Amino acid sequence: MASLTLSGVEKRLGGQPILRGIDLAAQDGELVVLVGPSGCGKSTLLRTIAGLELPDAGTVKIGARDVTHLAPRDRDVAMVFQSYALYPHLSVRENLAFGLKLRGESKAVIEERVREVAAMLGLGALLDRYPREMSGGQRQRVAMGRAIARRPQLFLFDEPLSNLDAALRSEVRVEIKKLHADLGATMVYVTHDQVEAMTLADRLVVLRAGDVEQAGPPLEVYRRPASRFVASFMGSPSMNFVEAAVEDGALVAEGLRLPVPAGRDVARRALVGIRPHDVALADGEGALAMDVEVVEAMGFEAYAHGSVGGRPFVARLEGERAQAVEVGQRLALDVAPGAVHLFDPETERALE
Amino acid sequence: MSAERRRPGALLAELGVHALLLGAVAFALYPVLWVVALALSPGDAPEASILPIPTAPSLRHFEAVVTTTSSEGVWLFGRQLANSVITAVATSVTAIVIATPAAYALARFDFVGARSGTKALLASQMFPGVAAAIPLYLLLNALSLLDTRSGLVLVYATSAVPFAIFQLKSAFEGIPRDLEEAAMVDGATRFGAFVRVVLPAARPALAITALFAFMTAWNEFILAATFLSSEDMYTLPIVLQRYMGEYDAQWGAFAAGSILVSVPVMALFYALQRNLVGGLTSGGVKG
Repeated sequence: MASLTLSGVEKRLGGQPILRGIDLAAQDGELVVLVGPSGCGKSTLLRTIAGLELPDAGTVKIGARDVTHLAPRDRDVAMVFQSYALYPHLSVRENLAFGLKLRGESKAVIEERVREVAAMLGLGALLDRYPREMSGGQRQRVAMGRAIARRPQLFLFDEPLSNLDAALRSEVRVEIKKLHADLGATMVYVTHDQVEAMTLADRLVVLRAGDVEQAGPPLEVYRRPASRFVASFMGSPSMNFVEAAVEDGALVAEGLRLPVPAGRDVARRALVGIRPHDVALADGEGALAMDVEVVEAMGFEAYAHGSVGGRPFVARLEGERAQAVEVGQRLALDVAPGAVHLFDPETERALE
Repeated sequence: MSAERRRPGALLAELGVHALLLGAVAFALYPVLWVVALALSPGDAPEASILPIPTAPSLRHFEAVVTTTSSEGVWLFGRQLANSVITAVATSVTAIVIATPAAYALARFDFVGARSGTKALLASQMFPGVAAAIPLYLLLNALSLLDTRSGLVLVYATSAVPFAIFQLKSAFEGIPRDLEEAAMVDGATRFGAFVRVVLPAARPALAITALFAFMTAWNEFILAATFLSSEDMYTLPIVLQRYMGEYDAQWGAFAAGSILVSVPVMALFYALQRNLVGGLTSGGVKG
């Protein structure tokens, strides 16, 4: 296993900048998740690490080795593709053994590794099948097995779960987490799914338009988003935003009045961010006045969709009183202490 | 489905469909059966009957065709069969050997001339080969390749190669890049990925393309008749045509010969049918 260090990685495709100077480090044994909307460059970045794309500038280091200009096969990385990319003319056994054979491992070693991986992933009964004879979940497993059998320095995952159905996806997600713990391997995992990103990552890297928007432990990214983009991308339903003016130490907008959180440097205006589950029905007047347009009752909780001062707003409400919320009602809401996020209305960066 | 099938109306419809299909089969097979009947009849003229059933079957015509010998005692049919086989196989091999790397390059790499080259190849397919017969004759003459098998193979390759490039290009384009990239990450060079992953995945297309080149060369008549002049260089289509002389038509021998010429192609189709079904790449990617 080894660490991974990217510095100043740039890539242009057809004149368009795809990566704009990415700096990124993954420590030995760390699982780093690259997350972002489609087109943010996360897959290109992964392919650059694999050597399938060459950067126009910058360096890629695996451990102490500079691999920037090495061919994929000389980097000692393994990759799990979104499409699985199983060799259609080879059986599962041969698929698992493919990389080992190319590296000139002895027959005994190959057999041993294949057996080991098959046991680890429950592929024992499938070894003589061909890819076309298997379900999506089984293929996905073989694709992971093929990577594991290689015992590479670095694992790369390119949206490996996006072709699975929801139930299977959460199952395999847990399995990947377990595998990471068992193998202690350095992994880089690309996804656009924030649940995968939050649950799998040791460290989360949020990409936007070819740049790192924020990097850090997932909970820290979630709790202290560095920008409006990160705040709205991480968390479901998305964070609500209301632009407010500062008057007499309070944030004021139509339907909103909140004290400026202590220690925040706010000049005249701020973009107030509030997560849907950080509000609760107020007993009195409350800090927010929300007009309800749609109610989704989920049993214990309810999602109220509507607006605050004309801006769309979603509130997650709990308890008995939440069940009584009706369309057309004006709700008085309190905001949990410390749950107010502030962003600069111009730069959209967080205000500290 | 099975419940529906029990209804009398559906049964009737199914009978109708089958009757129609049987009619179509008869329509397609009738001329073929006629040729078979002709080949097996002892006489030399077509029998004036509607049903293609020989009255007194005999293998006399087959024997005559197969044992044809020249005035010097050379077994002509053997030579001519060999000519056809060698020419067709060589054309097929040439087409595959040249077209495979060319098609892969056109399918995967963006290089100067890729597009215009593809268009030029397409243009070459638009002209019937016969249109070039005279220039080709002059060229072969200048190269002293007239009346040789290599000359004929060279001429056949000029049309077989572009066609094969087209076939294989679209086949390679249908193979996901992920497969090659996976192989390259797994430790293969680009060429290794091509040989170990792309070629096996393209096997059905390679088989069809090879078969097609073989068949085209095997069946070709006009160019062969133009460039070959000595009897022991003839390919089988010319031999067949020669049974239809100016003054007499040896129908029996012609029919027997046609069957002998058709059999190898049929056998090849049979042998390759597993590949013709295709679908070998299915299951490699996606769920």
